[in-house]
Amino acid sequence: MSSGLHIKGGRLVDPATKTDIHADLFIADGRLVGVGDHHGNGAPAGFEVTSVLDATGCVVCPGLVDLSARLREPGFEYRATLESEMAAAAAGGVTSLACPPDTDPVLDEPGLVEMLTHRARLPEFARVHPVGALTVGLNGERLTEMAELSEAGCVAFGQAHRSIVDTQVLLRALQYAATFDFPVWLQPQDKFLSRKGVAHDGEVAARLGLAGIPVAAETIAIASLLELVRITGTRLHLRRISSAAGLAMIVAARSAGINVTCEVTINHLHLTDLDIGYFNAHARLDPPLRSQNDREALRAGLASGAINALTSDHTPVDDDGKQMPFEEAETGATGLELLLPLTLKWAAEMELPLTTALARVTCDPARIIGTFNKGAGQLKLGAAADVCVFDPQAEFLVSRDNLKSQGKNTPFLGLTLPGRVRYTLIDGHLAYGETWSDISTT
Amino acid sequence: MLDTAANPQLNAHGELLHLLSIEGLPRDVLMRILDTAVPFSEVAEREVKKVPLLRGKSVFNLFFENSTRTRTTFEIAAKRLSADVINLNINTSSASKGESLLDTVDNLAAMQADMFVVRHASSGAPYLIAQHLAATQREHIRVINAGDGRHAHPTQGLLDMYTIRHYKKDFTNLTIAVVGDILHSRVARSQIHALITLGVPEVRVIAPKTLLPIGVERMGVRVFNDMKEGLRGVDVVMMLRLQNERMQGALLPSPQEYFKSYGLTPEKLALAKPDAIVMHPGPMNRGVEIDSAVADGKQAVILPQVTFGIAVRMAVMAMLGGG
Repeated sequence: MSSGLHIKGGRLVDPATKTDIHADLFIADGRLVGVGDHHGNGAPAGFEVTSVLDATGCVVCPGLVDLSARLREPGFEYRATLESEMAAAAAGGVTSLACPPDTDPVLDEPGLVEMLTHRARLPEFARVHPVGALTVGLNGERLTEMAELSEAGCVAFGQAHRSIVDTQVLLRALQYAATFDFPVWLQPQDKFLSRKGVAHDGEVAARLGLAGIPVAAETIAIASLLELVRITGTRLHLRRISSAAGLAMIVAARSAGINVTCEVTINHLHLTDLDIGYFNAHARLDPPLRSQNDREALRAGLASGAINALTSDHTPVDDDGKQMPFEEAETGATGLELLLPLTLKWAAEMELPLTTALARVTCDPARIIGTFNKGAGQLKLGAAADVCVFDPQAEFLVSRDNLKSQGKNTPFLGLTLPGRVRYTLIDGHLAYGETWSDISTT
Repeated sequence: MLDTAANPQLNAHGELLHLLSIEGLPRDVLMRILDTAVPFSEVAEREVKKVPLLRGKSVFNLFFENSTRTRTTFEIAAKRLSADVINLNINTSSASKGESLLDTVDNLAAMQADMFVVRHASSGAPYLIAQHLAATQREHIRVINAGDGRHAHPTQGLLDMYTIRHYKKDFTNLTIAVVGDILHSRVARSQIHALITLGVPEVRVIAPKTLLPIGVERMGVRVFNDMKEGLRGVDVVMMLRLQNERMQGALLPSPQEYFKSYGLTPEKLALAKPDAIVMHPGPMNRGVEIDSAVADGKQAVILPQVTFGIAVRMAVMAMLGGG
């Protein structure tokens, strides 16, 4: 498959250039080499078609870029393995992903990062971009060897779900990262206000008798981080924003000249605390699902670009971790295979053009990871052919059987969502193909 | 797959399968439980305090959290219905040694249990059990929530309604105040849902701001931080127990200061209607939430509550398990 592939009859959508046209794509030696028509016009001189992929009725877009997918390696192989989660990524059209450092052991040593990236280096695997630990063991006390970790392949530094309580350490960590212009990715969550809480501190938690986490847990942390970034000039990315108030602070900080990006998860984009229903442990998430007002603000913010990216926040949890009383259940939901359908669902509900919606899962997150200039998240001639071909009319039933991830835990179980990935190409290799019948070899 | 979208305590015909929470139960179901309890309260007066309604049935008292009082009243209720009662105190330490909640349930279900009476420290645990039984086609095993975390204690709520009806006859002309630690109280939540479903026009909650959940007013109650103001003209005062671990710390400075502002004294009770009744789910902290002069006074109906509790629990068990 590596040379002479003609993707025929599709609708080409490249959010980076706001392109949405009917055109064919030509791929040779793992790279995009031409855009043209079904007669072969647009292919470079000497291009020899060795295989044809019929994309009639499908959208052809850059492979998706996901800012957070837990692969559960090393340390949690009983929940998922690299193989199972890479199969899920490919089935979800995801060709690049960042993985948070909360593995066991934590990604705080270059050797561990090298091992992970080495394990992940298979042609059908999505590109893995590790986020290194900002502090040793994520304990919020000692800085990690960031320069070494960066050489080993870390694209940013973060704390996963753990916060740095000591503001002196936080300031130093941000200063040190700024020294080398390393990006820092943090989830804003005050440790004390979120302690013991399991749900948004609102009427649902009041009714169900669940301990609450107030919005102030997020806004207080955002306020501290923004103030420290104003001093240090660190490139900060705020992970998993959940509240309207938090988003408003980020928007205000930007207009005051502070350089900060942020993301929202597919779960917070679509659900609210009401979706906890009768103690549905699949809706036990970190941060908690918030109110209708918060969700509306997040949806509008992602549409306007105030929120830069949408992430699956993929977190496979096994049944033992979820078949528990709500407050004892583990947090997180599987998501790699839902990222595209939930992007399309949001786009349809908000009446957004596909170029805008797909930007939040392609070029925009690629800019945050820092791989956009190398061609990630876009259809750029000469760049690696990371391509997703999906049928926007087809539907995806979220069921245990249909999910390739080892984690079957998602609040969307049982729902039918729009859009179905037909093919995923990584470096021009077929990483996923729902059926092979459309591909003919000439 | 667990179905967590549908209310698991009612079947497709709106009939009661399990008793998990008062929230979402129609008024006629509540009234039917109260009506059914009336003849059962007479069983206790007989020389042979037994009826054969649950003969041959096995009731498992599954207590993941210690409670002698509630467990005993359930045990008495089941025995008066002629059921076989098996008491299991599964404290959290042995549960944390490995066996999951659902493994425990599966094991007991394999011993041909007909009914689980569940007490658990986590809100929603009885729902998980009911959802699991439904997912494994064992809905014939009924679940009664005997208190889950901060969420619900429906039989306590029902026995309180029985008590109120016994003394006040009609719910639709009453003003009722629930006083104390609403935030952590499963009893308060069940009482509030029951009172509102039964048509009580004014339900008040009285507590300091640290002991009120956010958005409690959307449960249909009026919030008072001043106890004297909140007690003015009420027909029923429902006191709540204040847990020891909450008396000193970030929620409250001291039991003495709490008593001063929120303890029910004869002086404060005098602000209620002269025929107001005083209730408490027990066990009481005398001198913390209630003055002994009130607890032992003429207006207190705290001991009748305990007696009615057995009749109400018999009614619930008979309706669920009597076929």
